[in-house]
Amino acid sequence: MTTLIVIVCYLCLLLGLGFFSSRLSRGTSKDYFVASHSIGPFLLLMSVFGTTMTAFALVGSTGKSFERGIGTYGLMASISGLVHAGIFFLIGIRLWAFGKKYGYITQIQFFRARFESDGLGYLLFPILVLLVVPYLLIGIIGAGKTIEPVTAGAFTEIFTNPTAPQWLGGVPPWLTGLVVSLVVLSYVFLGGSRGAAYANTFQTIVFMVMGVVAFVYIINGLGGLDQAGKVPARITDKGVVVQDYHFDKKSRELVKNEKPKPIGRVIDSQNSNLTDLHPHLSRTPIKVEFKKKNPKTGEISLFERELGIPFITFVSYLFIPLSVGMFPHLFQHWLTAKSAKAFRLTVIAHPLCIMVVWVPCVLVGTWASGVLPPGIPPPAVLSAMLNLLVGDPVLTGLLTAGVLAAIMSSLDSQFLCLGTIFTNDIVVHRAGKNKYTDKQIIMIARIFIVVIVALTYVLAMWAKNANVFDLAVWCFSGFSALFPVVFAALYWKRATKQGAVASILAALVTWVYFFHLSGYGGEMVIGPGIIPAAVCFGAAALAMIIVSLMTKPPSEETLKKFFPQVEKL
Amino acid sequence: MSSLSKPMGKKVIWFLFFLLFLLHQDFWWWDDTFLVLDFLPIGLAYHAGFSIACAVLGWAAIKYAWPHELEEFAEEVEGEKKAT
Repeated sequence: MTTLIVIVCYLCLLLGLGFFSSRLSRGTSKDYFVASHSIGPFLLLMSVFGTTMTAFALVGSTGKSFERGIGTYGLMASISGLVHAGIFFLIGIRLWAFGKKYGYITQIQFFRARFESDGLGYLLFPILVLLVVPYLLIGIIGAGKTIEPVTAGAFTEIFTNPTAPQWLGGVPPWLTGLVVSLVVLSYVFLGGSRGAAYANTFQTIVFMVMGVVAFVYIINGLGGLDQAGKVPARITDKGVVVQDYHFDKKSRELVKNEKPKPIGRVIDSQNSNLTDLHPHLSRTPIKVEFKKKNPKTGEISLFERELGIPFITFVSYLFIPLSVGMFPHLFQHWLTAKSAKAFRLTVIAHPLCIMVVWVPCVLVGTWASGVLPPGIPPPAVLSAMLNLLVGDPVLTGLLTAGVLAAIMSSLDSQFLCLGTIFTNDIVVHRAGKNKYTDKQIIMIARIFIVVIVALTYVLAMWAKNANVFDLAVWCFSGFSALFPVVFAALYWKRATKQGAVASILAALVTWVYFFHLSGYGGEMVIGPGIIPAAVCFGAAALAMIIVSLMTKPPSEETLKKFFPQVEKL
Repeated sequence: MSSLSKPMGKKVIWFLFFLLFLLHQDFWWWDDTFLVLDFLPIGLAYHAGFSIACAVLGWAAIKYAWPHELEEFAEEVEGEKKAT
């Protein structure tokens, strides 16, 4: 109950911040959508970082590391440090300059002007919505999965149908999702992009600090750093996967098992010498058959899981971080920047911020393999570790608030951006700039945001068992497939409207095809281990190049507008 | 100011970017489970170091390849707006 009170206090604090930021609003639509281009370096860093790190970063990375081990960091985090910073430098600053010079608020406005096409906006709008929605879903799903374990036992009389028996009385995912959606909706509704920037900054600081605190407490719970290093699951000389330790809840200490506890067995591996190997600390693929207990019936069943990461998959993951170049919510954050110099801190500090958040999460995931049952849902691993090892309800509440902060700091920007593009690229664009007053424009955006929040909530309840990490990768794959469009728009004079349409369609068709093959959000690789994002990207890039070269180049006027003194820019 | 000319600075930054990309594919420690300081797997320690190298590259890019023309390009707007 104490844990829940702490979480509720945090949510109230956020509402207060939303109310405060709404008082700072200048009341114009430009202020609501891009904070009147007034955001400085620190707020920009925090809002950009907070937006790109969601449930995926904390809950997803811990869960993925629990499944596949330390390779999770190189797969997503370190390559993102390189590619994200490169994109902020090469794409973000350039888009900011065009946005500021020509008054763009959304990506679609830029593309419509650059490719001299109205229709391109109508084609792109539903695709952007389609791709942002899974990103929103992982936030709501991740929040639900986090809160239920840590509030277990608080309301045993009210919540009698938990996801797992040990979480009886915990706040159910449907209620957590509802509350989180309403809180985010409130401060976005009131404060717009300025409110989102302040809330993001506050929440990013909270989740980074709380992440470090959680890490320290988990290490203490495991008996210190050197002890923690021995905890991950191990393979015996007979190919059995075992746990050597368990956490004794009475003495609150990590205790060595008298006999290693078997949890699975190796069924396939390229590595001939597996004896005493901790598979989560290596990256060589090993297929393991684990035992899983049905939490409701107690029935034991078997399931297969591949630990480690195939090298080709690791390499092809480089396409995933390209997605930030096409995130509509990030575009909106870039446009809030006061000046190009505001990007400098983000370019330098973004990889470091990723490191501070991801290294502890990946370590916790690998350690969890040695103390948690293998069948636990991956998104619940972080909260299960907190619940098991931290113990103190106030601290657990604060740490959980940190997880929620990471989730909400992405949800707010995404909700806001969908409202922004709908209002500016569909409603105002069709009706003309003079039809609506500034207040009416803001109201239209707010109404659309309410509709999107409601829709997202319903979808999240429908897809409540989806794997947060895998769903996020699908979302990123779609955006990275659209990357050739933005890159060509900025750096290739010969890129044409027809080329852009062909590229978008190629990205869409290949993405939908693979998404369908994956069972709508499952983990998937092609051939020797190539991820679908690489193929989608390749198809989109080829379509852009071939069709552009076959069609009439853009007008001189457009080229002058977007490639002024091209040798300098 | 930097001793590198800007075109040369850009080339060096691009070279370092591709070098880092190659260094990211650390197949040489793929199945090494050695623990640095008894807790940090070497594969993870290497990639944490890689993140720091990315930050250093970001700093170098700002110092040697910063797009001053873009700043001027955007500032012209400010000037034009003020004039009108």
